[in-house]
Amino acid sequence: MIDPEVLAPPVRIALMGNPNCGKTALYNLLTGSRQKVANYAGVTVERKEGTLHTTSGRRVSVLDLPGAYSLNALSNDEALTRDVVTGHSRESLPDLLVCVTDATNLRLHLRMVLELRRLGLPMVVVLNKMDRAEKLGIRIDQELLSKELAVPVVGTVGVHAHGADHLRTFLDLPVTPSVHRPWTAPGLEQVLATQQDVQRIYKRVVTEPQVDRDPSDRIDKVMMHPVWGFAILAVVLFLTFVAVFSVGGWLTGFIEDGMDLLAALIEGHMAEGSFRDLLVEGVIGGVGSVLVFLPQILILFLFILGLEASGYLPRAAFLLDRPMSKAGLSGRSFIPLLSSFACAIPGIMATRTIGNWRDRLTTILIAPLMACSARIPVYTLLIAAMFPSDPVSGALVMVGLYVLGIVAAMTVAWVIKRTDRDKSHAPLLMELPPYQWPDLRSLVIGIYERGMIFLKRVGTVIMALTIVMWALSSTPSPWATATGTPMEQSLAGELGHALEYVFAPIGFNAEISVALVPGMAAREVVVSSLGMVYAVEGDDAEMGAQLRERITRDWSTGTKLSLLMWLVFAPQCLSTFVVVKRETGSWRTMWIMGGYLFGLAYLASLITYQLTIAITG
Amino acid sequence: MSGESGSTIKLNELPNDQWARVVEVEVPTDSADRELVLRLVELGFVPDELLCIVAVGLPGREPLAVRLGGTTFALRRHEASFIRVSPR
Repeated sequence: MIDPEVLAPPVRIALMGNPNCGKTALYNLLTGSRQKVANYAGVTVERKEGTLHTTSGRRVSVLDLPGAYSLNALSNDEALTRDVVTGHSRESLPDLLVCVTDATNLRLHLRMVLELRRLGLPMVVVLNKMDRAEKLGIRIDQELLSKELAVPVVGTVGVHAHGADHLRTFLDLPVTPSVHRPWTAPGLEQVLATQQDVQRIYKRVVTEPQVDRDPSDRIDKVMMHPVWGFAILAVVLFLTFVAVFSVGGWLTGFIEDGMDLLAALIEGHMAEGSFRDLLVEGVIGGVGSVLVFLPQILILFLFILGLEASGYLPRAAFLLDRPMSKAGLSGRSFIPLLSSFACAIPGIMATRTIGNWRDRLTTILIAPLMACSARIPVYTLLIAAMFPSDPVSGALVMVGLYVLGIVAAMTVAWVIKRTDRDKSHAPLLMELPPYQWPDLRSLVIGIYERGMIFLKRVGTVIMALTIVMWALSSTPSPWATATGTPMEQSLAGELGHALEYVFAPIGFNAEISVALVPGMAAREVVVSSLGMVYAVEGDDAEMGAQLRERITRDWSTGTKLSLLMWLVFAPQCLSTFVVVKRETGSWRTMWIMGGYLFGLAYLASLITYQLTIAITG
Repeated sequence: MSGESGSTIKLNELPNDQWARVVEVEVPTDSADRELVLRLVELGFVPDELLCIVAVGLPGREPLAVRLGGTTFALRRHEASFIRVSPR
């Protein structure tokens, strides 16, 4: 008798494979925009699930597991993948395990297939990057491989629109029934035996040309050269920086114009009143002043995602391993720290691939010192106010602020290393995958995801903070005396005067102090808050110009420099705190990070302000 | 494994751009190192495979970029010292 339950086609599949097997591109091709990113309960790994349509039009849900070299997990990511496929997580076992391999690198990826086969789950082996394998002259006997493994084999090209058609057809076939076997960690002897199997199967199934088939080695001769490599890295980082500020700044102009237009439209069509003020000053003025930085943030992510997909970033990490080890870090920390220039949150999440806990913790603690893109608005405003007619000095100060953050981060890492008694060896063990052109689809999806995260943040946290700030600065305080500007008499003014006691030694007046309060939760809000507490009227672009003038006129050099120092070091992002707590599972670590950043900021601002006063008098 | 011929050297002693054959993987006594060596074996650092150091960091030849089959791996000298190779 045929049991229809057992022989049904799969409705829930899981993708897994070694890192760099092209799994992400394949997942993006299969599911398109039908994706959901969440977190696994209790652990800190992103859970990616999407839906695909098979050739017959059936919907199949796809779970994209983090890449893993082995079920003998060395990092959190790998542990999660192991737990899901061995049935040790809350996730139910998938109907079908899709084991993705790189057809150009089967020697490395076959071992995982053999290891997974022991689990006895229904399984299919996908030979991805078949186009590249063909181009390199690598021939794989798929029929023989399938017979050797006793598992079906399907070829795909993750970067072509129709590259997964065979797989879509395969997913309409009924799943072969099988019995799930418990997993036990294999020892060295067993792994060696498996590798002998791999060598034997590989020799039978794969024919490859004898010539040096990979141009990556020749590229590496330059990219990882001790002199040229560093020169290229410097150029790449410089170009990224230039693109963010020139192209990004140029695109920002369009969004500014749109905001002005919107504000003018509302002012022309609505009766005067506090609701109109809320919309124009609070929502458009406040949220708009953050929204204009969307292009710069996206360009930064475009560079980082593109460089990562091309295979260049691991090379940069290789080059920087030695210099970074002087500060007690390793090359593994490079990619998370580079991502932190866009935003500390993906940066901190990227530390998951660092297996060594001490290295990972240090990287998390210093990630907020990398000047994230949310700092661009505040830096830009202050620098423009300090050097109204000298863009060269302005650019130099901007570079200086970035460098200061890096130097501070390395110093903190060095101090952590010096105070830590655990001197165990931290391995590097990092794959440098072959160079390749980034997959456009994955790039677009990646940028889109980042853009949506930013817009969501603008629409929720930043909007809420801006409205609260607006309400505080437009509500008269019951305790205020009848003299002074409306701002001085408002609730925000009262708050500012109270905070002045703490911040006066570092040169901050009541207006700055009060603007920094919402800035603790999201640093982007500092600009719009300053605009509100200075009660600068007018539309967005004009508000910016007027605010700049006020700052140039009213603040001393010491105050401006001191505020820049504050912005380099101070903890100013609630979301970062939340992520640190989640990633480390420790409130203590979160408070340590907040405390040291606050202390560093206060100290740096104090020294800067008092020194400037002493010099300028 | 004992009785290997004297021509084997540790991977970290292999000169740049010199192809070599893996002869044996040592089993360290330290448990963290054993975990590391197990991973190296899983990545394909097993007897009979060919490898070559394509780039090194400076100063002190740390880390090493080792070409093995279709992949390049960045290793520290410490990890590499557990792999014995015979230059070709």
